[in-house]
Amino acid sequence: MSAIPFPAPPADSETVIALRAEVRAFLAEELASRTDRQRSDSWCGADKDFSRKMGQRGWLGMTWPKRYGGHERTAYERYVVVEEMLAAGAPVGAHWIADRQSGPSILKFGTEEQKQYFLPKIAAGELYFSIGMSEPDSGSDLAATRTRAVRDGDVYRVTGTKVWTSFAHQSDWAIMFCRTSGTPADRHNGTSQLLIDLKNTPGLTIRPIIDLAGQHHFNEMHFEDAAIPASQLLGSEGQGWAQVMSELAFERSGPERFLSSIELLYQLIAILRGRQSDAAQITLGRLTARLAVLRRLSRSVTSMLQEEQDAGLQASIVKDVGALFEQSLPDIARELVDCEPDPLAASGYAAVLANIVHNSPSWSLRGGTREILRGIIARGLGTR
Amino acid sequence: MLAEMIQRLLERSLDDSAQARARGGEWLSGLWTELSEMGLPLALLSEDQGGFGLTGAEQGEALRLLGRHAVPLPLAETMGANRLLAAAGLPLAEGAAGLARADGLTLEGGRLTGTVERVAWGEHLDCLALAVGDRLYRVPRSGWSLAATGHAANYHPRPSLAIDWQADEGAALPHCPLAEGATLRAFQIAGALESALDLSISHTGTRVQFGKPLSKNQAVQHELARLAGELACATAAADLAAEALARGDVLGVAAGSLRAREAAGTGASIATQAHGAIGFTREHRLHLFTTSLWTWRDEFGGQVQWAKLLGSAALDAGTAGYWPMVTTL
Repeated sequence: MSAIPFPAPPADSETVIALRAEVRAFLAEELASRTDRQRSDSWCGADKDFSRKMGQRGWLGMTWPKRYGGHERTAYERYVVVEEMLAAGAPVGAHWIADRQSGPSILKFGTEEQKQYFLPKIAAGELYFSIGMSEPDSGSDLAATRTRAVRDGDVYRVTGTKVWTSFAHQSDWAIMFCRTSGTPADRHNGTSQLLIDLKNTPGLTIRPIIDLAGQHHFNEMHFEDAAIPASQLLGSEGQGWAQVMSELAFERSGPERFLSSIELLYQLIAILRGRQSDAAQITLGRLTARLAVLRRLSRSVTSMLQEEQDAGLQASIVKDVGALFEQSLPDIARELVDCEPDPLAASGYAAVLANIVHNSPSWSLRGGTREILRGIIARGLGTR
Repeated sequence: MLAEMIQRLLERSLDDSAQARARGGEWLSGLWTELSEMGLPLALLSEDQGGFGLTGAEQGEALRLLGRHAVPLPLAETMGANRLLAAAGLPLAEGAAGLARADGLTLEGGRLTGTVERVAWGEHLDCLALAVGDRLYRVPRSGWSLAATGHAANYHPRPSLAIDWQADEGAALPHCPLAEGATLRAFQIAGALESALDLSISHTGTRVQFGKPLSKNQAVQHELARLAGELACATAAADLAAEALARGDVLGVAAGSLRAREAAGTGASIATQAHGAIGFTREHRLHLFTTSLWTWRDEFGGQVQWAKLLGSAALDAGTAGYWPMVTTL
């Protein structure tokens, strides 16, 4: 049988119920003055003060060992915090990558010194990460990476260019994928991950790439013979590909893969609430059903991650189906409500609609394109 | 273990010629007897109620198998009817049972009369677990006659029944038969989608065009990936509905049922396209599943009815209450 199995999601224990209530109370207070337009930024909204407050609450690095500043909570407890943050439109962007995947990668592959240096600071909400994967000639085809790190005594000399690096201008560090031996023809062999200090690396230039909405999230990172201490190698030289692949289940299965446009859904509810319209009720019912089932699938993957099972295939399904859902919202909204989107309006439906319309195309590109995900799923079905 | 037994029985006793006879309206009495003797009509009951105390996962697996083999008997309905009858403290069905809600019936001088629309295999049932208002009745076969014939999209009989029965007291309704039926159908849909995916992978892996198997084309691979996604959603949706049914949450049933209904349509369409013209014929088995998907997605309340129920609750919850509502589903 070819069905891809999803285990039953974890149950809502007393601890989880209490945690959810605690997070909601915190968010109601912290976000009281956040506009709907700001909330619609989802995890692209960043506020370092907010990240530090989350760190103080113990809501970053939640699953990590206490000796590294973590809190030894379950993957599902972390899931609950994350989905409540996203559902409320909290500005989680600063710490997002660090908490979701850089920290877990360091925990898994890092040296003791790296763990002790980075993890407590990430868990405190004081140190932020970006991901350096894509390049001008290497997007979905990650193995074609040309950025090269050549060992030279105690350092790697790095030359090359990374693009679409979200928050490189605001983050402190990045985990960068590059080639340490061989040529792009060697594909997965000879690649490694390096920890890059974004603030203090001579030879590294960070330049903004402005997106179609006029926003600055992306950057280009250009390395020109930059000397990176060899102690900043993450994991094993030559094992970069395997290490990157192990991050992807964390990157692709979370609630950020279907909640990106949730603020538009709230706005729609506010407008349609009094209408007594069949079309409005039917649409809301169907959207809610899709959302409820996506949540269940995403929680299922959480239980696989908790058990340290390989969830790459399941995560790809969550992201593929999730992106279809979150991207469908603007057009569904347009079937029910007439409104000209206005990107410079400070708040209100027109502002939210504009922000979602502008940003939604990226949701099936970032973190693995739709085509890459479907290729992974097809391979899982045995058809490739 | 039960799943393996069901699987073996169906592989042995339900072949395509039996499917064709059922499509013509023939009641497969031998198959019914075999499935009954395995105890399946009681599979959703607790041990206290005389069942096997299967876990939710085991129950789901058994129900999905009925969809996976497109079993042309009202077995899921009988399982659901018995769960409802047992919960109400009424006697269980002695044979096949129907599951219905008909609030338009009248009860005068203890006599229950009126029409129950489109009951699966209605002529062959032992009894009907029938909800009227907030009461549940176990209407015996002698309590109805055939009012009109009718057929499902897979050509199985869906006659309407004229009820004329000196009613007993019945019992307080434990939960709505439509919620019960919608949950059963969600599992059957997930099961039929499993077969649709398996057949699609097999067909596109062996059918050669332009010198290579169809599944070597990326466009085909991506559609199969979508089908796998719809199957994952339908399976999760059925589980979600079943858990909601168990805790009496009709909105959760609505959510699970709706998503499974949606997957039925999308999945049938992808699978047929993957098969090309042969998938549009009765010469290939795929039609057993596609026509059943098109049947099951519209039964036990329609998509519009369930969507309005869930959607109006969402709108009532309002902007602030919406997310908290979603997290209870």
